[in-house]
Amino acid sequence: MKIVVPFKSVPDPYAGPGAAAKSVVNPFDEIAIEEALRIRERGEATEIVGVTIGPATVDEQIRSALAMGVDRALRIDDSRALDPYAVARILRALVAKEAPQLVLMGKQAVDDDSNQVGQMLAGLLGWPQATFISKIEFLENKTRAQCTRETDGGLEVIVVNLPAIVTTDLRLNEPRYVSLPGLMKARKKPIEVLTCEQLGVTVQPLTTTLSTARPPKRAAGTRVESVEELMVKLKQEAKVL
Amino acid sequence: MAATLVLIEHDRQQVKRPSLHAITLARQLGGEYALLVLGHGLDAIAASLVSCGASAVIVADDAALAEPLADRYAAVIAQAAQKYGAKTLIGSSSTFSKDILPRAAALLDAPMVTDVLALEEVNGERAYRRPTSAGSMLATVKIEGDRCVLTARATAFEAPAADAAPCPIERFDFDPASLPNGMQFISREQRASDRPDLTEARVVVSGGRPLQDPETFERLVGGLADALGGAVGATRAAVDAGMAPNDYQVGQTGKVVAPELYIAMGISGAIQHLAGIKDSRIIVAINKDPDAPIFQMATYGLVGDLHQLVPQLIEAVRRG
Ligand SMILES: Cc1cc2nc3c(=O)[nH]c(=O)nc-3n(C[C@H](O)[C@H](O)[C@H](O)COP(=O)(O)OP(=O)(O)OC[C@H]3O[C@@H](n4cnc5c(N)ncnc54)[C@H](O)[C@@H]3O)c2cc1C
Repeated sequence: MKIVVPFKSVPDPYAGPGAAAKSVVNPFDEIAIEEALRIRERGEATEIVGVTIGPATVDEQIRSALAMGVDRALRIDDSRALDPYAVARILRALVAKEAPQLVLMGKQAVDDDSNQVGQMLAGLLGWPQATFISKIEFLENKTRAQCTRETDGGLEVIVVNLPAIVTTDLRLNEPRYVSLPGLMKARKKPIEVLTCEQLGVTVQPLTTTLSTARPPKRAAGTRVESVEELMVKLKQEAKVL
Repeated sequence: MAATLVLIEHDRQQVKRPSLHAITLARQLGGEYALLVLGHGLDAIAASLVSCGASAVIVADDAALAEPLADRYAAVIAQAAQKYGAKTLIGSSSTFSKDILPRAAALLDAPMVTDVLALEEVNGERAYRRPTSAGSMLATVKIEGDRCVLTARATAFEAPAADAAPCPIERFDFDPASLPNGMQFISREQRASDRPDLTEARVVVSGGRPLQDPETFERLVGGLADALGGAVGATRAAVDAGMAPNDYQVGQTGKVVAPELYIAMGISGAIQHLAGIKDSRIIVAINKDPDAPIFQMATYGLVGDLHQLVPQLIEAVRRG
């Protein structure tokens, strides 16, 4: 089985407020990479192809994916501000070229928080999808996958025919650490670079961010010294009890 | 014909109330809107929707739609949007909409905006405000073309009045045999609870990492929630540690809540958690660390050990 793992480079979500955040692999995509590695380590996958879209500045995150253990890494060279639908259309062309049995990817990128690309890609390809998963197992000689999904109503189990698109939630696994020697070795591995033209896709983003602003700050309130004082405030000042 | 279709979510017994808030966004967009419901055995659910000011309640009712499988749901939704000539498709932000609507958007060749908080106008053109980066930024987004798919964040839009003259219920006919068939429903976790739904509750009590285990979590977080008639929430750390089920998670990647009263106990206040609670009217934080970031946004902060304070608080609430 061949697995394609699309991933995005995002500002480190663990960086404190105000700190100049370095870029990292989107945490959900890192979980997707980890899961692909575990599937390969169980002998159920033969090749893992990592792919990202962006300018050469994202090569460092590609190195992290290679250091984690993906077999091949691809960068689709495009430095525009793409929207999820444009990303999905580019990935469709790549998936058509690579013909994997499984596309594993994060359920959302923590910078944009859109949660759209996997589902759009599945729609464009006409493939089954299993979103927000916390578990995956292959059935019937890897022709189907049973997935546990995290939904608002609790856990749900579905079976999807392969090939399929699967998007990961946080509790699927804990990604391994990238060792320094691993990173050094990854520096020697090639990164294939492709353009949209080479893939035969012309896409224009259909959504544009006109501006961004910080949301109004919630003012800090008051400290109370005891449970009694808290009760008085909640009853008399806030009037919620 | 209807300019907008609003996808309504239900649990087979009744409509999920937060999904009605998307109707308010449809009203703000202007033009006629119809409500779209998919499932099997929908008579009572459809009947409960006729007074929401829609031009029609469109019902796709078939055994093939008994479970919300994304491939077939998106196909039926896209067919309905085409048949009714709807340019805009709206749902409320939930795992149901987030699973299905992006797929429908791709089938309709339309862009999508997730988690719309408000409509804006920029140089005379429509734009949408939405949160990004765990709510630490607000983006104003514009769409090219005349078609789009939106999810409305339920906490940002009021529940619509349901006092309009009843509208017709229309059956949407489609060919079940032509639907995609690559996904199969196996099971869903059933957990009976007398507590209100997290996203609808007036009071939410949430617990974090120091709640230790499911028993302590239930005794302290559940105990206070019950004393207040509230719902129970949790941080990612508490869910990851197995103290609470996944659907209790509040935050960037969990649920967004905006109750009258949110009580955070043993929660540090990471931005990913705050993303889900910012719009609560009153926030109470109980934490033993006086420098915990949660105190920077709590209405009332109480410094101390929750194992001592929370039983006292439960007692005090019970006394009234
Ligand atoms: C991509 C991504 C998505 C995420 N999504 C979410 C999300 O949706 N929701 C979410 O919650 N998190 C999310 N997180 C995790 C988030 O960053 C934090 O790690 C998490 O919220 C911390 O949970 P916590 O406050 O329970 O634990 P901690 O940060 O460990 O805080 C525990 C707090 O309890 C206090 N404490 C300890 N003992 C006591 C005691 N006896 N009495 C009183 N106080 C005590 C401590 O002082 C501390 O402040 C996400 C992270 C990432 C990277």
